[in-house]
Amino acid sequence: MNPAGLPEQLRRAWAIAKKDIRLYYAKNSVLVFGILMPVFLFLAFFTGSRQLPLAFLIPGLVGTALLFTATAISPAIFSWEGRHGTLERLASCPVTTEAIVLGDMIASILYGIGITLITVFIGLALGLSLLHGITMIVSILLAACCFSAIGMLLAVPPTSEPSTPMMLSLLIKFPLIFISGIFIPLEQMPGWGLVLAVFSPLTYFTDLVRYSFIETHYFPVLIDISALALFTLVFTAGTMYLHKRTMPKRL
Amino acid sequence: MTAVIHASDLTKVFGKSTAVDHISFDVRQGEIFGFLGPNGAGKTTTTRMLTGVIPPDDGSATVLGYDIRSEPVQAKQRFGVVPETSNAYTDLTAWQNLMLMGELYGVARAQAARRSSELLTVLGLIDRRDQKVQAYSKGMKQRLILAMALLHEPKLLFLDEPTSGLDVQSTQMILAMLRDMNRDGTTIFLTTHNMEDANRLCHRVGIIRNGRMVAIDAPEKLKTAIDRVHTIEVSFDREVAGDALAALPGVTGVKRIGDKWQLTAEKQDAVILSLAAFSQQNHAAIVTLNTLVPSLDDAFLRLTREGSP
Repeated sequence: MNPAGLPEQLRRAWAIAKKDIRLYYAKNSVLVFGILMPVFLFLAFFTGSRQLPLAFLIPGLVGTALLFTATAISPAIFSWEGRHGTLERLASCPVTTEAIVLGDMIASILYGIGITLITVFIGLALGLSLLHGITMIVSILLAACCFSAIGMLLAVPPTSEPSTPMMLSLLIKFPLIFISGIFIPLEQMPGWGLVLAVFSPLTYFTDLVRYSFIETHYFPVLIDISALALFTLVFTAGTMYLHKRTMPKRL
Repeated sequence: MTAVIHASDLTKVFGKSTAVDHISFDVRQGEIFGFLGPNGAGKTTTTRMLTGVIPPDDGSATVLGYDIRSEPVQAKQRFGVVPETSNAYTDLTAWQNLMLMGELYGVARAQAARRSSELLTVLGLIDRRDQKVQAYSKGMKQRLILAMALLHEPKLLFLDEPTSGLDVQSTQMILAMLRDMNRDGTTIFLTTHNMEDANRLCHRVGIIRNGRMVAIDAPEKLKTAIDRVHTIEVSFDREVAGDALAALPGVTGVKRIGDKWQLTAEKQDAVILSLAAFSQQNHAAIVTLNTLVPSLDDAFLRLTREGSP
């Protein structure tokens, strides 16, 4: 066994993910920021936007759910662990910083996928049809990775106060909701809005979900998937690099 | 003897303060090495650099043959760490904490389960294995993190104040376990404030002051090294003259204390030989003979005092 080899580090990242699932899925702040907030946000728009059809709004719900759930845990894990001294425990174990970050990301990804699938089933229960199942699965997987990496990026500034990255994440998530075609169709956006939308990974995910449900889309599917993959790659590499640099400052 | 830890010019700077200032030392295979120093001397910072938790700003360290900066995973795989404050996951049970350690060290599940049962039994926690750690006392938590550090059967164990603030039962249990492990070949790097623990356990101690190593030696040698003049207490089964004792080779002073004589000398072994000869020549049997060496506490205080060499 080579403890520093990729297969062994992946196994250890999975162990960290299982620990995160046990410890953090039921945390109050995760439930509030990850589930209650997007539900109420969606209900507020749903009741106030009666002119928009359900077929348009449900993909928005799926997008909001994945963004909020996949970023609900990842920003706060490092702060929680730093505060309780358990990050030092992990740092003294034979796991790389990349494996610790990956483990936390996996826990976030699974949480995001689990809750998002419920919203997909809600859409189906409300009468929508899943026309492109494979596209839906690929896009949820990619976007969950991407949003989870965004969550981990928000945790880069060293702090032992979990509310700090949580608040920071809200400052990022709310603007993303409004520029990504969730509640306002991209076609109806002003030019500057569209420019901003191009830089939001949520735009491409929502576009893919709409395509999967109702075959309506703004960008070509291949562009959506490529953009999402590129964002995922850049954010994941960025968060790994930055956490490796800031880890000693947390300890 | 092979060096298990080799620190060379290890340095750590926090802002304008140099916490550890170019310290170099070796820890030999199979020994219990005590790392002593007053608060803020740099003990914990040194330990954290050696365990790969924080990187040094200068210098290098190899642990079990692996450079802790360039091959940290290989080194960490082979040693265990018991930090000063318990850092088990309090929302997990003792068993879940141990299984997590098993996975993080790549120990097969069946082996991890067997080893966890053994360790929890030896450390008196087996009946509480399925209880969340948050309900544990401080002593129980400390015993648990010792078990977590030992799960993968490390060749080297770092301990930072392992008995600090613990009850007698937990302290004795931990110390006994350390002795047993050392007898079985585990090298131990023990950071402690407790001179009694260091005196009883350690083969050698290193004393750090203001980030610099001021002494490394066996506890007994350190105690004697700090005083050039030694004191020997002797009593005989019959009266002897103080002048006769003062005239013995090597004796620099004589004082009567109750029924005993207290002699001072620069070389105590020469005086002891003279006393044996004196006893024989004067038919005065020696009843008691004690060499009064400074305690490790004295050595520590002397060596860590500002301005001392």
